[in-house]
Amino acid sequence: MTAIDTTRPVAPARPPFFRRRSAVPGFALTLGLTIAVLSTVVLIPLFAVALKAGHQPPSEFLKEAFSARALAAYRLSFGAAFLAAAVNGVFGLVTAWALVRYEFPLKGLINGLIDLPFALPTAVAGIALTALYAETGWIGALAKPLGWKIAYTPLGVVVALTFIGLPFVVRTLEPVMRDLSADVEEAAATLGAGRIDTIRRVILPALMPAWLTGFALAFARGVGEYGSVIFIAGNMPYRSEIAPLLIIIQLEEYKYAGAAAIAVVMLGVSFAMLFVINAIQAWARRRA
Amino acid sequence: MTISIRSVAKTFGRFPALNHVSLEIADGELLALLGPSGSGKTTLLRAIAGLEFPNEGQIFFGDQDMTYASAAARRVGFVFQQYALFRHMSVAKNIAFGLDVRKGRAKPSKAEIAAKVDELLGLVELSDLGKRYPNQLSGGQRQRVALARALAVDPSVLLLDEPFGALDATVRKSLRKEVRRIHDATGVTTIFVTHDQEEALELADRVAILKDGKIQQVGTPRQVHDEPADAFVAGFVGEANRIEGTVAAGRFSAGEVTIAAPDRPDGPAIAFVRPHQFVKGGAIPLAVRRATHQGPLVRIEGETASGLWLEAAFSRDQANGAGPGDAINLGIERAHIFSA
Repeated sequence: MTAIDTTRPVAPARPPFFRRRSAVPGFALTLGLTIAVLSTVVLIPLFAVALKAGHQPPSEFLKEAFSARALAAYRLSFGAAFLAAAVNGVFGLVTAWALVRYEFPLKGLINGLIDLPFALPTAVAGIALTALYAETGWIGALAKPLGWKIAYTPLGVVVALTFIGLPFVVRTLEPVMRDLSADVEEAAATLGAGRIDTIRRVILPALMPAWLTGFALAFARGVGEYGSVIFIAGNMPYRSEIAPLLIIIQLEEYKYAGAAAIAVVMLGVSFAMLFVINAIQAWARRRA
Repeated sequence: MTISIRSVAKTFGRFPALNHVSLEIADGELLALLGPSGSGKTTLLRAIAGLEFPNEGQIFFGDQDMTYASAAARRVGFVFQQYALFRHMSVAKNIAFGLDVRKGRAKPSKAEIAAKVDELLGLVELSDLGKRYPNQLSGGQRQRVALARALAVDPSVLLLDEPFGALDATVRKSLRKEVRRIHDATGVTTIFVTHDQEEALELADRVAILKDGKIQQVGTPRQVHDEPADAFVAGFVGEANRIEGTVAAGRFSAGEVTIAAPDRPDGPAIAFVRPHQFVKGGAIPLAVRRATHQGPLVRIEGETASGLWLEAAFSRDQANGAGPGDAINLGIERAHIFSA
C-alpha cells in the first residue's frame, strides 16, 4: 500500500477562467454557431436596414416613416395581425382541444389540414381566399346580402392573416394540453367544481403561457405576411394597403431610404410588442 | 359517514377490474385497500369518489345511494399519488379552491375561507407557506397541501390513492404518522389505497386485501397477519416461507418438514411459515448458507438435505453465532396450511 504524503503542500484547485464549468458538453460550439447564424441571417441585415434608414437627415426620415399613408399602413398591418391572432387564439384553442381530447373519424386528415398554411405557397392561399371571399365567391356571395364586403377591404386582410396564423396557436397548445394531467381536472371535480369552473380556473390558466406563445407567433407572422394579403387586400392606399406592400412600392420607386425608414419603424414596433408578450409569458410561466 | 359498497362490478373493455365487491366502512374508520397492482384497489377507490362508475352494484354514503352521483356532488376529499395541485395557484388558493368554487349561499365569506385555510395550514404544519407556489415545495410538503385541500370541503369521506407512493422512504414514514394524526384529529372516515403492506398494517384500523378484483379478506392488521384467510393473503401479508407439499391423515409433509394439519383435507397443500415461527432444536436439519444481522435479529437462510430453502429469524441469543457452514436444527412453532 502506498501512503499518501500529507506533508507536501497541494496547489489549490483553480476554477477555469471564463469557460463555464458544466457537465453538459458543447456549450462553446452551440453558442458559437448560434451567434454566427444569428449574425449573418438576422442581425447584420437588420443592422443594414437601420444604417440605410440613417443615411437621410432626421427630418426626411420622420417624413417618410410617419407620412399619413405610412401611418394608415402600420395601423392596418398591426391591427389586422392583432385581430387575426386574437381570432386564432380562440379558434386555435378550440381546435387543439378537439384534437387532443377526443377521438373522431378523419382526425388524422383534419390534423394534417391544420399544417397546410405552413406548407402552401402564400400566393396560392391569397388567390384561393380572394376567389372564395370576393362578392362572386362562395362565401363572399353569402356575406353580400348582409351588407358585408370581405375581399378588397381590411376585413379581407384579417381573413388572410387568420388563415396564415392558425397552425401556430394549435401546434403550440397541443403538446401542453396533452401533458395536462387528468388528475388536476379530477381533483377540481372532487372539490366540487363544475365543468365551467374547471375550465376557467384550472385548465385555461395552465395553458396560458403556451397560449400566449402561440398568439405571439401568429401575430408576428401576421405582421410580416405579404404574399397572401396582397391578393385579397385590394391594396388601396390609406385603406387596405399593408406596410410590407408600402415598402415594396417605395423600393419600386427607388426610394430606398424611405423603404428603410418604414422598415425600421416596423422593426421597432414588432420588437417592442414581442418583448412585451415575452415578458407577460415569463411572468405567467414563473407561476406555472 | 358509513360507506357501504354492495356487490360492485366494473369492467374496462373485457378486463374485469372489480368482481362483485362488497365492503362496509364504518363511520370514522381508517381503512386500507391493499393489493398488488391490477387488483382493482384504485378502481374501487375511484368508484367511491365518483371518478369511475360501476357497471353493477351500488355505493351508499350513509343511507343515500351515490352510485351514479357526480364527483362534485359527493363531497369527498381525494388525494392523488402525484399530488395534482393547481400549479398556477398559491398554496392558500389551492386549499381554498373547494370553498371558492361554491355558488351563492353555500359559498363562505372571504374571511371564513381565510380562517379555514389558516386552520388547515396549521393542521398540516405548513403555516408559513401559504403564499408559496407548489413548485417551491418539496414532495412531502406538496402532499400535505393536497391533504389540506381535500379536507377543506369537510368531506364525508377522505380518499387517498397511494398517497405516499411518490415520496422517499423517510418522508413516507413521517407523513404516514401525520395522516394517522390528522385522521384522529378530524375523525373523518378515511380510505387509502396502497400496495405496501407495511404501510397498510401500520396505519389502518382495518385492511381489505384485494386480488383480481375480489376482496380476499377484511380484518384488523393483526387478523390479516396472524389469521390469513387464504394462501394469497398468507403469502402477501408479512414474510413467509412458502412450502409446497401434501396433507395426508392430518399431517402436512414436504421433505424433512412435517406439520400437524388436523382440519385439512388430504391432497396437495401449501404451508406458510413466517421466519419468526421457527424455533431452534427441532427435527429439521438445516445447512446454514447465510446469516444476516438486522438490528436485534439474525436472519438465517439455509437448505435442507432434500433441497428446501428456508429462512428463519432468531434473536441474537437464540442464533448463538450460527453462520455459513454450520448445521442447525429447526422446529416449526406455527404454520398456515392451505389446500392447493
